[in-house]
Amino acid sequence: MARSWGELLGEAGARSEPEEQGGRFLSRLRDSLSKSRRALTGELAAIAFDPASEADWERLEEALIAGDVGVRATAELVRRLEARGDASDLETALAAEVGGLFGEPSTLDVAHQPAVVLVVGVNGTGKTTTIGKLAAKLAEHGRSVVVAAADTFRAAAEEQLEIWAQRAGADFVGSERGADPAAVAYDALQAAEARGRDVVIVDTAGRLHTQANLMEELAKVRRVLAGRLEGAPHETLLVVDATTGQNGVQQARLFGEAVGVTGVVLTKLDGSAKGGVAIPIAYELGLPVKLIGVGEQLNDLRPFDAHDYARALVQN
Amino acid sequence: MFDTLSDKLQSALGDLRGRGVLDEEAVSRAMREVRLALLEADVNFGVVNDFVGHIRERAVGEEVTKSLTPGQQVVKIVHEELTRLMGSSDSRLAYASRPPTTILLAGLQGSGKTTAAGKLALLMQSEGRKPALVAADLQRPAAIDQLVQLGAQVGVPVYADERSDPVKAVHDGIARAKEEGRDVAILDTAGRLHVDEPLMEELAAVRREAKPTNVLLVLDAMTGQEAVNVAQAFQERIDFDGVLLTKLDGDARGGAALSVRAITGRPVKLASVGEKLDALEWFHPDRMASRILGMGDVLTLIERAEAAIGGEEKDELEQRMLKGEFSFDDFLSSYKMLRRMGPLQGILKMIPGMGKQLEGLDEVDEKQLARVEAIVLSMTPHERRVPHVIDGSRRKRIAAGSGTTVTEVNQLLEARKQMAKMMKAMGSGKMPTLPGVNGAAPVRRSKAKSKRKKKARR
Repeated sequence: MARSWGELLGEAGARSEPEEQGGRFLSRLRDSLSKSRRALTGELAAIAFDPASEADWERLEEALIAGDVGVRATAELVRRLEARGDASDLETALAAEVGGLFGEPSTLDVAHQPAVVLVVGVNGTGKTTTIGKLAAKLAEHGRSVVVAAADTFRAAAEEQLEIWAQRAGADFVGSERGADPAAVAYDALQAAEARGRDVVIVDTAGRLHTQANLMEELAKVRRVLAGRLEGAPHETLLVVDATTGQNGVQQARLFGEAVGVTGVVLTKLDGSAKGGVAIPIAYELGLPVKLIGVGEQLNDLRPFDAHDYARALVQN
Repeated sequence: MFDTLSDKLQSALGDLRGRGVLDEEAVSRAMREVRLALLEADVNFGVVNDFVGHIRERAVGEEVTKSLTPGQQVVKIVHEELTRLMGSSDSRLAYASRPPTTILLAGLQGSGKTTAAGKLALLMQSEGRKPALVAADLQRPAAIDQLVQLGAQVGVPVYADERSDPVKAVHDGIARAKEEGRDVAILDTAGRLHVDEPLMEELAAVRREAKPTNVLLVLDAMTGQEAVNVAQAFQERIDFDGVLLTKLDGDARGGAALSVRAITGRPVKLASVGEKLDALEWFHPDRMASRILGMGDVLTLIERAEAAIGGEEKDELEQRMLKGEFSFDDFLSSYKMLRRMGPLQGILKMIPGMGKQLEGLDEVDEKQLARVEAIVLSMTPHERRVPHVIDGSRRKRIAAGSGTTVTEVNQLLEARKQMAKMMKAMGSGKMPTLPGVNGAAPVRRSKAKSKRKKKARR
């Protein structure tokens, strides 16, 4: 059973997806994770893992590091595996420990009127595409959506979002290039209130987390939203590209400090990248992954299921 | 950029630097640290193992043990090996004998191809060439719009045909560049996953059609262990000549830059170091290795300064400065030159020894600089030329005029005085000591050595 959109959105009576649908998705995710599976099982399963062998533990460490899990989270996983005592069935044990690091399954808080979702991240991670898909999925689940083009920096960002909004059947609030992003966000929230829409999704310009002035600009967007509607933004999603290495932790940390990130969207999992950096982000910062992107189609944005992810990461 | 790697290597090697005798254990400890630092920096773990092995071999070899300063020798070896790993010469593009020279850009989605294409066009233009941009990304919504807008910003024609297919778009674009006498055609292709067989085949077809003079893989500096898989896949299909590394202005430790060259043998040729369109630089592996080790990057700094500051302007300013005549007009113009050189933070990092000094100082406050400008602009021309006339009531007026406080005005007046003094000292040949800046000096220095230094200085 895979985690469903109904569960993610906290709908009453929502159930996990039946295996046919979930299974297709799972196999897809597994395909996409095949590279790291090869790294893990190729090196580990060929020779049965022997908990008494120092070399086997070293190979395990290297396999995890090759999957972008990072030195510290790898050390923690290994420590937990050792503490488990029984690690002879490595795949099961590792899946359980990886799942454990991610913690309880999370939900997407859109139960406000309107609910505000702020989407942030470094350049090129797929924020705009993610928003297009999220708008479509929310519409599918009966929510009316307004998307706000508060990326007033990148050339043609607005056009790209408008195309996605049309595809998703969402309202679109744009602005002049170079306009104040906070003003655009404010307008969109006002429009949603006036028209009685359910969810406002705010797209922001990609920015490197080290650019203090741009991070300040983002903090202002957040303040303006909170000023207009108490409790907003209800979700602040950080979009992280699955090919990102250990810098992803730093991204999560600094975006978190600036705008209070509530969850991670892991995109581009349809490549051979496994997004292992999600593990240190969850472990070191306690930030859950809420959504994953596994392809270009509208349906390719999925609720994150830690157990599936862990299984796909380590099972044959 | 590369700060953390640089700092970690420095602290790992700090132990070795001042050492007279090098024992096996010290080397092992340092190598463990180097290994960890490189892994944390996302260098491919296979590359890390080779690299560390290589250094260890050299570190316990004769060149080190017979050297008088083995610690320094190891630092030198790490520097050499880092440079070697990233390609040992600076890497120019190839230019066609019969124009247009074609440059094909390819890479994953979101690696920054379209922006890089715009920046590359501007770089070519600033070197006296006449580039054109060709849109071959017909996939991503609004990608053509983005390229057209970038082209307009840098003043370069963009050839685009939305209804075309990429192969035809490239064919037509190059033909048009030739017709219109453009000598460089930059081809912007759609981002694609290296495991997407149909799209990789399409890219190969575009390459066959374009027969590009240069094929560049555009790679995000923040890429993790995956960089190697991506690079290998693109190498198999389109055999790229070099890498254009993007987003290097973040705090990514840039392991991708180290790995790709080691695995594919293709050097990093260009690096994007900022949001602004002029923030694309030729990649200098040796300088980059120095930067990683915290030895600073004085050459880049000098080049940027020369580009930002006109010749005469500079000479005249220099003359006055050295005489200690440093008015607020000079203060303002040198400040403006500094601004033209790019973000202050980046500039400071290039100064040897500053990397460490900047620790904990997250950002040099650019707003503070704007306040300084406001204060100076609120002075009368006479006050700027003859600062000592600025008395209490003038200070109040300046503070009110610039929206600052008298305290801030006082601080600035004091700063100018100090600077003028420092400049004068420099002019008379005495290098003033900057507090806390001591370059890449060894951590521990023997007594005998520092005595020798003192003598030499006298």
